[in-house]
Amino acid sequence: MKQFQYTRALTQQSAIEAIAKPGTKIIAGGTNLIDLMKRGVTAPDKLVDINHLPLKNITATKTGLHIGALALNSVVSENSLVLQKQPLLSMALKAGASPQLRNMATVGGNMMQRTRCSYFYDTTMPCNKRAPGTGCGAMEGINRMHAIFGTSDQCIAVNPSDMSVGLAALDAVAIIAGKKGERRIPFTEFHRLPGDHPELDNHLAAGEMIVGVEIPDNNFAKNSYYLKVRDRQSYAFALVSVAAALEISNGTIKNARLAMGGVAHKPWRLFDAEKALIGKPATEDSFKQAAQIAMQGAKGYQYNSFKLKLAPATITEALKHAAGLA
Amino acid sequence: MEDERDHALPGSEPEAKDNSRRNFLKQSTLLTAIALTPGTAVKAAEMHVDEKIAAVFEKMPIKMEVNGVAHSLSVEPRATLLDILREQLDLTGTKKGCDHGQCGACTVHVDGHRVNSCLTLGVMASGKKITTIEGLAKGDELHPMQEAFLKHDGFQCGYCTPGQIMSAVACIREGHANSEMEIREYMSGNICRCGAYPNIVNAIQEVKEGGQAV
Repeated sequence: MKQFQYTRALTQQSAIEAIAKPGTKIIAGGTNLIDLMKRGVTAPDKLVDINHLPLKNITATKTGLHIGALALNSVVSENSLVLQKQPLLSMALKAGASPQLRNMATVGGNMMQRTRCSYFYDTTMPCNKRAPGTGCGAMEGINRMHAIFGTSDQCIAVNPSDMSVGLAALDAVAIIAGKKGERRIPFTEFHRLPGDHPELDNHLAAGEMIVGVEIPDNNFAKNSYYLKVRDRQSYAFALVSVAAALEISNGTIKNARLAMGGVAHKPWRLFDAEKALIGKPATEDSFKQAAQIAMQGAKGYQYNSFKLKLAPATITEALKHAAGLA
Repeated sequence: MEDERDHALPGSEPEAKDNSRRNFLKQSTLLTAIALTPGTAVKAAEMHVDEKIAAVFEKMPIKMEVNGVAHSLSVEPRATLLDILREQLDLTGTKKGCDHGQCGACTVHVDGHRVNSCLTLGVMASGKKITTIEGLAKGDELHPMQEAFLKHDGFQCGYCTPGQIMSAVACIREGHANSEMEIREYMSGNICRCGAYPNIVNAIQEVKEGGQAV
C-alpha cells in the first residue's frame, strides 16, 4: 500500500475543509477503501478519519427516521426503531457482507462502496471506471455478475450494496454537507448510471460528505421483504436482489415499493412495476405481471443473460414473501 | 541506543522516537555515498533505504491495550492492526489469510466487537482494547470455546481456527447462536477450506447450551 498522511477530523467543518484538497479521501469503516488501497486501485495521499464526528445516532423525527452517516451497519440492522419502523432496511443490511464487516462498515461508507467488478479490481486489466479511456474488460469478458439495466458502452458494472437497495425502495433521502451547508437529495438520485463517466459512482461533488439518511414514515413494516439470490447462501454479492414493500388492505394493494440490486450501476428502483401493482389483488398473478413490466428495457450480455429470467422470478418471490404468500 | 536496537525482538521495529535523528543522519550519509555508484544505488533501492528513511518521519504514536496489556507503539499509518499484532507485538495467533476481508482468519475483538484486523488501520485502533486468540485462556485454563473446538475436532489444518474461535465467542455474546441455521449464518464471515464446518457448529452449540460464561 502506498504511504499516506493520516489525520483525524474533530469537527464536520474541518473534515469538509480537508477533503476539498485533491488526493484526499475520507475514511470511516475502511472495509472497502483499505481493500482498494492494498490492491492499488486507489492511492490517496491523505486520509481524513471522520470516526470521531458525532454522526452515529439513530433517531425518530416527526416525519421519519434519521440515521447518522457513521452508524454501523450491524447497529442499524439491530436497532429497535429500525426493526419496528423499517424492517426492510434491517433485512437488506443483514444480507450484506459478514458480521465482522458489518461491525466496521458505516451507512455513509456503504453508500460510497465501489463496484466489485473483477476488471475494476485487477489493475492489469482495462477499466473505464478505474482508468478512464482504457476500455471495458467486462463488456466482452467474464460478465456473469454484471448489469442488465442502464449500461453504457463504457461500463456494465453493478453497485454492490444491499443497504442502498433497501433505502432506494423506502424513499430515503441522502443528507449531504459541503462548504455551502447541507443539501438533501432523493436516495434514488444519489448514485448515477455510468454513461460517459463511469469513473463517477454518484452525484457527490468534490468537497462534499454524506452526514446521514432519512427514511420517511410509511405503512410498509408489516409487508416487506428483502430477497437476495447469490452463488452461496451467505457472504456473497448478489446476482439479483429485490427489496419489496407492500401496503395491503383487504387483499388489495394500496401502495408498493420495489427496487433491485445486482442489475445496474445504481440501486434499480422499479417505478412502473410499483404503479402496476396499485389497486391489484395481492396475488401471485399480480406479482408476475409487475415483474414482467419491471423487465422492460433489460439487456443481457454473454454470461449474464440468465438474469433476464432470474430477475423477474426473484421479484415475484420477494413480493410473495412480502405479502405473506410464501 | 545501539544496545536498545540489539535487544529489539525479532520482527519488531525499533522505537523511532529518540534515535530517529541519528538514524536519519546515518542513512542519509549512506545515501550520499552510494549515489555515486549506480550498482549500489540499485541495491539501496532494492533494500528500500529511501522508504526506511521516510518511515522514520511518517510513523505515528499510538496506544492500545492488547489482551489486558497496555502498549505504546510507533506505527506507519498504512500498517494494519493485523500486521502490528503479528510483527510488532509478536502475537502471531491471529492469522493472515486473504488479507482482504474475505476469509475471517484475522478476526479479533476491538472494544468487544469482532472485526477483520486486516482491514483495520492501527492508527484507527488507537485508544482501544483489543482481544486476540492469545487473550482468551486464563493461564493454562483454556476458554470454553477452545475446549469445545478440541473436543469436537473443529479444525483440520488449524489455520482458520483462531479467527473461527474469536468469531464463535462473539457469535454467542451477540445472541446469534440460537439454532444451527443462525450459527451458520453468523459464522459465514469465517471460511474453513478443510470443511470443518459441522464440527465448528457442534462446538458452538455445546458452549451455548452449556450456558458457561463466554
